Parts: sequence; structure tokens; C-alpha cells
Amino acid sequence: MQAFLDIFDIYLLEAVINGILLGGVLALLALGLNLIFGVIDVTWICYAELVMIGMYAMYFMVQYYGLSYFIAAPFTILLVALLGALLHYLVIAPLLTAPPINQLLATGGVLFVLQSFATVAFGIDFRNLGIRLPVLAFGDMNFSYARLLSFLAALVGMVAVYLFMTRTFTGTAIRAISQDRQIMALMGVDTKRMYIITSALGGGLAGLAACLLVLQYDVHPFVGLSFGPITFLICVLGGLGNFIGGFIAAFVFAEIISLGGLFSDLEWGYVLAFAFFIVMMFIRPAGLLARRR
Amino acid sequence: MLELRSVDAGYGSFQALFDVNLDVKAGEAVGVIGPNGAGKTTLMRVISGLIRPSRGSIRMEGVDVVATPAHRIVSLGIAHVPENRRLFPQLSVDDNLKMGAFMKEARGTYAKRLDFVFELFPRLKERRHQMAGTMSGGEQQMCAIGRALMSNPKLLLLDEPSAGLAPVVVQQVFELVKRIRASGLTVLIVEQNVQQVLHVVDRAYLIEAGTIRSSGTAAEMLASDTVKEAYLGV
Ligand SMILES: Nc1ncnc2c1ncn2[C@@H]1O[C@H](COP(=O)(O)OP(=O)(O)OP(=O)(O)O)[C@@H](O)[C@H]1O
Ligand SMILES: [Mg+2]
Repeated sequence: MQAFLDIFDIYLLEAVINGILLGGVLALLALGLNLIFGVIDVTWICYAELVMIGMYAMYFMVQYYGLSYFIAAPFTILLVALLGALLHYLVIAPLLTAPPINQLLATGGVLFVLQSFATVAFGIDFRNLGIRLPVLAFGDMNFSYARLLSFLAALVGMVAVYLFMTRTFTGTAIRAISQDRQIMALMGVDTKRMYIITSALGGGLAGLAACLLVLQYDVHPFVGLSFGPITFLICVLGGLGNFIGGFIAAFVFAEIISLGGLFSDLEWGYVLAFAFFIVMMFIRPAGLLARRR
Repeated sequence: MLELRSVDAGYGSFQALFDVNLDVKAGEAVGVIGPNGAGKTTLMRVISGLIRPSRGSIRMEGVDVVATPAHRIVSLGIAHVPENRRLFPQLSVDDNLKMGAFMKEARGTYAKRLDFVFELFPRLKERRHQMAGTMSGGEQQMCAIGRALMSNPKLLLLDEPSAGLAPVVVQQVFELVKRIRASGLTVLIVEQNVQQVLHVVDRAYLIEAGTIRSSGTAAEMLASDTVKEAYLGV
């Protein structure tokens, strides 16, 4: 085993694996956003801020009220799912037939409202769960348990969504909606209800992501800015609304960030990822998996 | 079974149907013929709730269709096979059929209905995992009809089921309509193949410019001068 590992640069391998672990959570974030875009045809600019609220929920339940992490997590997922449904009901539904720019402005407005609300209610302090998970040593490589756990939970979340979308009547209807909205009524499907369910599902994914991210990052009102933009880049690179494309793009980005961070700083990893994005937009403007015309 | 009284309908400010009265009795097959743009598709849409009438009443077995939310109308026993089939192209045949059984009432009998549809269209069973959009026109029409049958309807609305199909396949479609009728379903069918449809239905309505111009038994319509001149080319 050791001989096998020696063939590789151990740091390179560690960075590759860390990239995969990061990719899982990014893919989870991208899936939620893609789901909303693909089914309802709106973009939740405030998606990462829903995650931020979820992280605060975790913080308060665990640090303040002393709930165990695993009891707080389902509550957080439910809470953010409810927020997603409310966001649709109060903001998106009245604007469904409005021009896309109005929808963007509205969800952009929600972004500022949520950030301001968090600033006023919780202050600008950085807070963390105070849970320090151990580091797993594997040969000469170190992996944090938090990342490993996040990766596995993200995978489980995505598999659950996949099963829901392919095995159930409701999931099948959600996939059908984007292909022909007008005739859904002929199938006995109430599109309004499906939109609410989809929004709750998208919110639930944001809630799950919040539970995972809070293990690794401090919470503050602007924490959404550190992974919101990258989530959008991933979705656009994968082709907005394309689940598989988003999944692949998440891992591509995660590797660029992780490997870029290996050769210089992590920030440079982000810069590289963004440069890659710009180049790709010229080569494949409709996304990685778009068919060439 | 189905009764329309003084129905007006249209799109925005454009009126496409004027004072339409139409009846379909249980067990009947009724045809609707007329030129392009006459309002045949609009008539089907107003029955299945895709558009709502601006005036008049629609009743299905005595239930007020106009007062029923669009997505509940299929539960009244009305299944609509829309013009151009409108399958979900990127769903498999199986998933398309599943959508036909979406409503609560149909889910319980899903497996039984699926057997029934596969028996009617063995071809669909062979292709069940194929994307609907990649099938041939004839196969897609089978899938569209199969999807409608999944809801276990009493009344089947067919909007130009033979459009765009090769003559042999058109023949099969009309054979199929006969078989569906024989299984006890009531059928309301819009067709351009006037000659052929009049040999399948009991009665027919001729619609022009949004109004019912004439109606009668299939034999009467075949013998009628208006129909003969305009649609049968004799
Ligand atoms: N979505 C729509 N918006 C506006 N007008 C429409 C719409 N659909 C149909 N119309 C108009 O309503 C009238 C009736 O159309 P309809 O589709 O019912 O005709 P049709 O008898 O089915 O014709 P065809 O034989 O070509 O299918 C036409 O003048 C058409 O232009
Ligand atoms: Mg038509």
C-alpha cells in the first residue's frame, strides 16, 4: 500500500481527494438551484442566503439551546424547506408570468432582506458550532472528518432526490412539468402545488447544505457570498437546469479550487476556477453537456 | 354523458367558438369535422379545461365542468389526447404512461391499467424504456392514447389522432378507435380524414368558423351535400 502511494506525490493525491470531498457539497448546492430553475424557470439569487439562515438555525439550536447536532439537523432542513415554500408562495408565484428580470430583482431583494435581517438580529460576529471533529490520518495524508461526513451526507441527499424524482408519481410530474407546462392539467396535475413542493425540496437541499457547511465554516450574515457565486457558476457551466451537467461541473470546479490551492493559496484556486469559467463560456456557452449545433 | 350548451370560448379578445351546443351519449362515438382553423381543437380544449368558456355551460354526467378546477376534470372521467400528441419527449414511455395515472383515483389501479395498455399496444411494452421523443410518429400516437387510457376514463377526446401518419398507420389508428369503443369507452374524435372517420363514428358535427354548421348520423353526414362537396371531394 505504501509503495503504491509513493508513486504519487502525496500532496497532490490529498488535494485531489479533498477536491472530490468539496465537490460533493458543491454538487448538492447546485442541485437545489438547478431544480428550482429547471422546474419553475426562475433563479433564486438568494439561494445561498437560505443556506446562511440554515447555518444560523444550526448554530442557535446546537450552541444556544444545547440540542445535539443530529437532532438539530432535521429541524434545520425542515425550517429551510418551509422558507423555500414561503419564498415561492410570497415572492415567486405572483411574478410567475412577469419578465425574468423582475423575478431576478425580486429574489435579489430577498437576498438583501435576509442579509440585513441576519445583521440586525444576530450581529456581524463570526460564530461557530464549537464542534471540532478529529482529523483522519491515512498514510501520510490527512482528511478532516467534517469533510468526509459532509461528502457522504451530500451523496445520500442527492441519491434520495434521484430516487424521489424517478420512482414517485410526484417526482415524475416534477420532471414532466419543464417539458410541457400547459398540458399538466390534462394529467390531473396541479402545477401550483408542484411548484410549492419543488420549492420546499430546493429549500430542504439548502437546509441540508447548511447543516454540512456549518461543520466547516463560521456563520456570519455574509457567509452566503463565499459559496453563492460559485454555485451559480457551477449551474451555468453545467447548463442551467441540467442536473447531470451541474453534478459534473461541481466536481470540475472543486478540483480546480483544490488543486489551485495546492500550488498557491486557496484564494488563487477560486481565481483559477473563475478564469476557467470565463474560458468555458466562450467554448461552450450553453454549458458542458449542451449538444453542439 | 357530456353536454355543451351555448358555449362561447376564445383566446384573449379573440373568440373562436360561438354558441356551441353539443351532446355525447354514453357508449357513443361522435366525430367533429371541419376546415383548418374552424375551432375543433378549441372545442376539445374547452371540454378538458385547458381553456375556460366565456359563456355557456358544460356538464359531464351532470357535474358542472366549468366549476371544476382544470386539474380535477380528468377525475370526472374525461381524458384528452391533445393535438400533436404532446408527449413528454424526454421521459421514457413508462414515465409518460405513469403521468397518465397521476391522479389519486388512478394510482391504485396503476399496474392493472398498465397491463391493459400494454395488451392494447404490445409495441409500447417493447419500447417502455425508450425516450418518448425518439419514437416513430405512430408509436408516439399509441403512447399518447395509452397515456390517456391510464386514467381509466369514461370519455376519450381524440384530436386528430391520424395527423402526420402514413396511410397504413392511419388505418391502424381507426381500427384502434373501433377497439377502444368496443371496450365500452365513449369517444369524441376530431378528424381531417372525413371519409374514414365517418365510417367509425355513430354521429358527427360539422363545425365552421367557430359555429356548428350541421350535425347528424354518420350516414346522414356522408350523404349530405355540404359535407360531400367540401370534404369528400365528390
Ligand atoms: N393559443 C391560441 N391563441 C390565439 N388564438 C388561437 C390559439 N389557438 C387557436 N387560435 C385560433 O383559434 C381559431 C381556432 O383554432 P383551432 O386550433 O381550434 O382550429 P382547428 O379547427 O383545430 O384547426 P386545425 O384543423 O388546423 O387543427 C383559429 O383562428 C386559431 O388561429
Ligand atoms: Mg386542431
